[in-house]
This record gives sequence, C-alpha cells and structure tokens, in this order.
Amino acid sequence: MSARFAAHPARFAPLLLIAALLAPLFADDYWFNAILIPFLTLALAGLGLNILTGFAGQLSLGSAAFMAVGAFAAYNFQLRVPGLPLLASVVLGGLTAAAVGIAFGLPSLRIKGFYLIVSTLAAQFFVQWALTKFAWFSNDNPSGVISAPRLLVAGHDFSGALGRYWLTLGIVTALTVAARNLLRSPTGRRFMAVRDMETAARVTGVPVLRTKLLAFAVSSFYCGVAGVLWAFCYVGTVEPHGLDLTRSFQVLFIIIIGGLGSVAGSFLGAAFFVLLPILLDHIARGLLSGSLDAGNLENAQKLLFGVLILLFLIKEPEGLARLVEVGWRRITELLRRRLPALSQVLARRTGGHTYPEIGGNREI
Amino acid sequence: MQFFLEVLVGGLLAGVMYSMVAIGFVLIFKASGVFNFSQGAMVLLGALTYVSLVERDFSPWLALLVTLAGMVALGVAIERVVLRRLVNRSPLTLFMATLGLSFIIEGAAQAMWGAQVHGLELGVPDLPLSFSDVFISQFDLFAAATAATMVGALSLLVTRTKLGIALRAVADDPLAALSVGISLPRVWGAVWAIAGVVALVAGLLWGARTGVQFSLSLVVLKALPVLIIGGFTSVTGTIVGGLLVGAGEKLAEVYVGSLVGGGTEAWFPYVLALGFLVVRPTGLFGEAAVERV
Amino acid sequence: MLDAALPGAVGAEAARAALLSLEGISLSFKGIRAVSDIGFEVARGEICALVGPNGAGKSSLLNVVSGVYRPESGAIVFDGQRRSHVDPAWAARQGIARTFQNIALFKGMSVEDNLLTAKTLTTRATFLEHAFSLPRARRDERRQREEVAEVLGLIGLTEHAHSPVGKLPYGLQKRVELGRALSARPRLLLLDEPFAGMSAAEKEQMAELVLEVNARLETTILLIEHDMGLVMDLSDHVVVLDYGRKIADGPPDVVRRDEAVIDAYLGVEHASDASN
Repeated sequence: MSARFAAHPARFAPLLLIAALLAPLFADDYWFNAILIPFLTLALAGLGLNILTGFAGQLSLGSAAFMAVGAFAAYNFQLRVPGLPLLASVVLGGLTAAAVGIAFGLPSLRIKGFYLIVSTLAAQFFVQWALTKFAWFSNDNPSGVISAPRLLVAGHDFSGALGRYWLTLGIVTALTVAARNLLRSPTGRRFMAVRDMETAARVTGVPVLRTKLLAFAVSSFYCGVAGVLWAFCYVGTVEPHGLDLTRSFQVLFIIIIGGLGSVAGSFLGAAFFVLLPILLDHIARGLLSGSLDAGNLENAQKLLFGVLILLFLIKEPEGLARLVEVGWRRITELLRRRLPALSQVLARRTGGHTYPEIGGNREI
Repeated sequence: MQFFLEVLVGGLLAGVMYSMVAIGFVLIFKASGVFNFSQGAMVLLGALTYVSLVERDFSPWLALLVTLAGMVALGVAIERVVLRRLVNRSPLTLFMATLGLSFIIEGAAQAMWGAQVHGLELGVPDLPLSFSDVFISQFDLFAAATAATMVGALSLLVTRTKLGIALRAVADDPLAALSVGISLPRVWGAVWAIAGVVALVAGLLWGARTGVQFSLSLVVLKALPVLIIGGFTSVTGTIVGGLLVGAGEKLAEVYVGSLVGGGTEAWFPYVLALGFLVVRPTGLFGEAAVERV
Repeated sequence: MLDAALPGAVGAEAARAALLSLEGISLSFKGIRAVSDIGFEVARGEICALVGPNGAGKSSLLNVVSGVYRPESGAIVFDGQRRSHVDPAWAARQGIARTFQNIALFKGMSVEDNLLTAKTLTTRATFLEHAFSLPRARRDERRQREEVAEVLGLIGLTEHAHSPVGKLPYGLQKRVELGRALSARPRLLLLDEPFAGMSAAEKEQMAELVLEVNARLETTILLIEHDMGLVMDLSDHVVVLDYGRKIADGPPDVVRRDEAVIDAYLGVEHASDASN
C-alpha cells in the first residue's frame, strides 16, 4: 500500500479520540476560541487550497474569497429557507463556493500556468466587492455586520465554546477523511498528473480540463465550508472584512510551511500559524519586560513568516510535513535499536511518500 | 465629450505610471523568469524610507541619494542571498519566495519607520491645467512625464546598451549566454538593482499622489493585469498594457461604476486581464512558447 | 470500420494488415518545415523503426500520431478510421500510448502511481464514490493495482513500486516510462528513443523487453532509434527520414543497403535539400 502522506491515517485515530474526548477536560474557553477552533478552520481552508495548488498545481490567491462565499451563502440559506437544518446550510454554502470556484477556474481552459493567478485574484477582489456592495447578501443590515445564526444540530445547541469545537472538529474530520480518500484515488492521481506534466497527462488519457475544474470545485467547496466554520464557529459574525487578500496569503503561507501536496501538512501549517503569534507574544513578555504592542507584534510576525517561507523554500521545500516525517523516522530508528517490538508496530504505520516540486516542468 | 476626455486622459496618465511599475517586473522576469511579487513591498520601502528621512530633516536630495543607494543594495542583496539559492527551481517556487520576500520587506519597513500614513511632497502642486476646456491635473502630467522618461530610458537600456543585450541574451537562453561569457549573476544583480530604482521612483510618484501608506504595496498588484495584457516579456507591451488598464479602469468606474454603486476599480483590471487572456493566452505582445516534447 | 472505398492498389488485404497508416503528412513550425509529405504504413503486430539523422522529423511524426501536434495536411488512418488530425484524448481512448524522448514522468508520484495514471480511462466510479470509499471505488482501485502489479513484474520494477520516480536512476526511469505506456494496454505503442542514454547492458535488457511486449502482448510498435545495430535486430520494418522527407521504406536489410540512406548518413548532398 503506497502511503502517500507523512502521517499515516491510522495514526490520526487515537489523536482524534484524544482531541474529541479529552480536550474538554484540559482546555478552557480561551483554548477553544483562540486556538483550537481557528486552527481547525484554517487547516480545512489550507487543505482546500492544498488540493488545488499542492496536488493539482493550480496556484490560487483567492481562497479567502471562496471562504467568504461559503459563509455568506450558508448564512443566506439558513436565513431564507425556513426549517433548513444547519448542516444542510453548511453543505449548500460549500456547494455555492464550489460553483463560484468552477466559474473562476474556467479560464484554465485557455490560460496556462502562472497566468492563471489573475483569475483567482479577480475572484478575490470581485467577491469582496460584491459582498460588501450588495446589501442583499447581508440581509440589508445597515451596519454590514451580521451575527452568525444559532448553531442547532438535531435539536442540540452547539453555540457554546465546547459545542462549536465539537461541531468544527466533526466537520473537519469528516472532510479530511474524504479528502484523503479522494487524493489516493484515480481522481487524486489525475490532479497530480496535471500538476506534474500536463502534456504527458493529456496523452495518457487524463481529461485535463475536467480535472482542473474538479480541482477548483473540490478546493472551493472545502474553502467554502471552512468559511462557514470561520464565520459561524470562530468569529461569530458574517462579514467579508476578515476574508481579504491578506487572509488568502495566510492560507497560502500555511500550506507552503506545512507542506505542499500533503494533507497532514495543511494541519501542521495551520497549527504553526495559529501558535506562532502566541509564542512570540510570550517570548516578548518574557525577554522584554512588557509585551510588544499590537503593531510591533504584527510586524515581527510578518517578518518572521517571510523569513520562514524563504527558509522552507530553500532548505525544506516539502515543509513541516517532511520534517515531521524525517523526525518520525529518526525516532523509529532509535526505538528499533532499543525496543524492537514496539518499533515494529510503529514502523508498519509509516510509509514512503513523495512530495511534488510544484510545476516542476515549466509549461508557460 | 469633454468629461469623457478628462476621464480618459486621467486614466491614460495613471496608466503610464502603472507601466513604469510593470517594467520593474518585466526586467526581472525577462532576465530570470521570476515574477517578483515583492516589487510592491520595494515600492513601499522606497517611499517610506525617503519620506522618513525627509521628516528627520534630511535634505530631499540627500534623502533621495541615501534611499537610492539603499534600494540598489537591497536589490543586489535579494539576488545574492535569496535567489541564487533558488536557481533551477520551478517558477511557482520562485514566486512564493518573492511572496516571502514581500512579507520580510513590508514587515521590516514598517518596523523601521512605523505604520502611520505620511504625506509626500515632490514640489509639484496638484493644480488643474486646462487644455481647450479639458482639465488635467498638473501633478498627473508631471508623474506621467517622469514615468515616460523612465520607461524610455529603460527601453533604451534594454535595446542599446551592452547590459541590455546581455539581459536579452540571458532571457532567451541562459546556457547559451553563459557559454559566450556573460556573467549571469552580474546581469541578475544589475536587473534587481534597476528594479529597486524603478520601485523607488514609483514609490515617490504614487506616494505623492495617494500618500505613503501600506496600501501602496497593493498598487503593484495592478501591474499584474498590465503584464498579462501586455505580455510578461515585452517592454512595449507594458506601455500598451498600462495605458489600457489605466484608461479602462477609470472609464469603467465612471460609466459602469455608476450603475453598480462604484468601487469597480478594485476588480476591473483583473477581470479585463482575464478577458484578454481568454482571447489571447499569451498577452498582446508576449511570445507563445513552443513546447518541445 | 474498414474504409470500403479504398482503391485497388492498397487492397483490402493490405488495409486490414495496417494498424496505422500515414498519408501525405506535412508539418511546419513558424515557417520551418518539420516534415513534408510523409506516408507509410505500420502493419498490425510488427515492430517498425523510424530512423534518420537528427532533426529529420521523427519525433514530430510521433507527436502527430499521438495528437500533440496537428499536421497541416495529410491524414492519419488508425484501425481503419481516417482523421486529418488526432487529439490526445482520442488517441488514448483508441489505445495509442507512448514514451517521450526526454522523460515525461510524473515526478511527484511513485512508480506505481505513474503506472496507475495510465489506467485512468478504465475508472468506473465517480469521484464522490472514491471520496466516500464506496464499494465500486474500492473495486476499481483493487483491479487497477492488480493490473499494474503485472506490468511492474514485466518491467522488473516490483521492488521499486513505491519509490518516488524522480529519485530513480535514468535507466530505471526509462523503464517506468515504458511501464506507464504498457499499463494503458495499448494496441499501438510509440517509443521515442527508448534506448537513449543507456549502457550496453541496459540496452540489451530494454530490447528484450520490447521484443517480449511485441510477442507476448501482440502490441504493434513504432519506435525511433539511432542505434542501427538495435534497429536491425529488433525491427520488421524500417522507415528512413531525412530533412523531413521519407527516403526509404522496407525491411531492414533492404533499407540498409539503399543508396539514399547511405548518403544521408554520410552527409552527401542531394537534390531534395532545396526544400530548406
């Protein structure tokens, strides 16, 4: 069995159990609100972008736009269709984002490689403008800021911190498993073939345009759902403001650092992104008496992110996922020498994998 | 009609400035195949440094000189420290590296000089001049003239000087250029230094127009549609592309924007570029690569 | 469907035997003629070698047949179906597979995954079924992996199945290319310089592989090759190109003694050079 990702799925199961059941015992509201929920949401968005950029090789600078579409669509469905279950709105939000994604992915029929970023940039700016400009989307709310609807699933209220956490965890887990299945299937191979060498893919029988559009659709669906979670479970409001070009760049940053073409990498990158500012703040508080003010913190963060991107691109282009895998290998190696039996069990759960050099064959 | 002309001319003048920014991209792209996303950050850094020095009582000329030296040094440093380590990587990787660079430059610029908005005075008042009843901003004219001079100078550089020829050789076939003795690192270093200078001029002009603030780095994103319409490798293309984008954006805002409540400038250039690409995938003047398998 | 209106010269007999037939193919790039008026046939089950000095237009012809290039004039007849040009999707569906001169593998995937991509047209399940790991999807996967395992065995790369293709030595990569083409179970296999850059030992292994594929799987093969010794040993039929024109067409021993062929390889100028 060709294990394609750094973290073999079976290793996730116990983690998931811990995450679901033990977290409430150890985590407080701060942890849920400020760390775990945004981490899960951004990981899902990162996964969406990774599907399009890391696996299918189509660079996108519009992930935040698709998140916004998802959020607003879900909000409007929930609002205007009486009795619609929350989860249905979430799915419909994702599907709407997928449709928009296909629309902005259509140019890939004619436009090759790098030029395609203009399409997702257009999406980013256009969507942000449209959602702000046309009051219908925000239900004609004069302040333009809408609160997220009450989170009722099967009669249970998930509006509390713990509830929102479980809701997010459940949705993200389900979608991650689906993504993993998809990426290891013929569809996933089609994505990667198009990414690695489009001409050879075409000659091998891969329907290139359909594959690209499917990648856009799936990716946008994931970003859309991430957007719904972002609005409903994290910030609590539905507004285009926090889902701008800067956010798109952040999602891109997450997958570059985490590992392009890696499901686990999306999570590692998101964790890194969410935890780093907190870490920086603590260091600043410790080393310098008094924390950095918000502005300086932001600048230091930006600088650090930039340096990290460069470092990773130069030294470890496969990102944290690769580092984790190498680290894991070293640990199992060590264990093998000390505790042979245990290490055998662990070794069966790891496998070789490959990561892409995106767009390694220049097709412009 | 007069109103239309005013809008058109205003747009064309803005377009010249876009062209100038875009040329910074073209040079680097032509020479090394890198789409330098950090050009925007460099624009911001240039403007911010100049303005901050002037505010600290440097004379404008001295400030200019210091900033110029700094930008050139930055360009060379980028080439040497970052890009040399990424030779042979895919265009997407290189683009992402410039993305990282832009974070660094922006973060550093604001850390050094602060994040407030600064006004920039270049000594040219923004008074309207009238040409047979059509009003044109004096500053816009000055900016366009400066930009046009820059564009002209760069065009000459690329076509007439030894460096320019070396640049085109490297753009065409780096290996062949190497084999005739052209020093790739020198060409790349020169090109990045020039890009730094272009960024500075663009920063000063745009900064004087709209104030020096963070959003300056986003202006550069508009250069992307310019490049796409004009082709990534043609200097003539950027001129035409810039004019088209500048004029198109203003006209759209006035005539289309009034129908939908304005703000179309935010996305119109990109949609325009998208439309162009669908019709002509390599831009107006770009070269279609013949893929050899 | 056989074209019943063929003239008597190329009789029904011969038509049935030709899997691929090129007629009057011409192709230019930005004004430079790549091939002029090329026509020949490849009989079912044979190994046909396309030879000629560099730049003679051999790869271009292969690209025309596999649909990468579109000829300016002429026709391609595959299994009785006549077309003025081929598109890659159609070629893949018809069972035409190829290798590339400069390896065109999917560097981000493993050996097995590369071979599996050739099975893409045989996938029955939709992407949703794969996402939810439904039975039909799992059957697809299992079947495809089993079939690919056979090919891996044939090309001798079973133990490298999960290796990232980019890390393999050149000779093995060439074999993976062949494996990927074979995984498509093609009727016509186009090999673009399959022996290039190989050592003598590697060439022998590859040659045996080619012969076995032809004999065991009854695959018709059209290959481009420079090594004349290999060409003589392997092929049933040789077509020689020079400056984009066909200068010889027949069995190996006949062709090797042809005047025009000898001249071409020794660089003797002749009248047809006027075209360039």
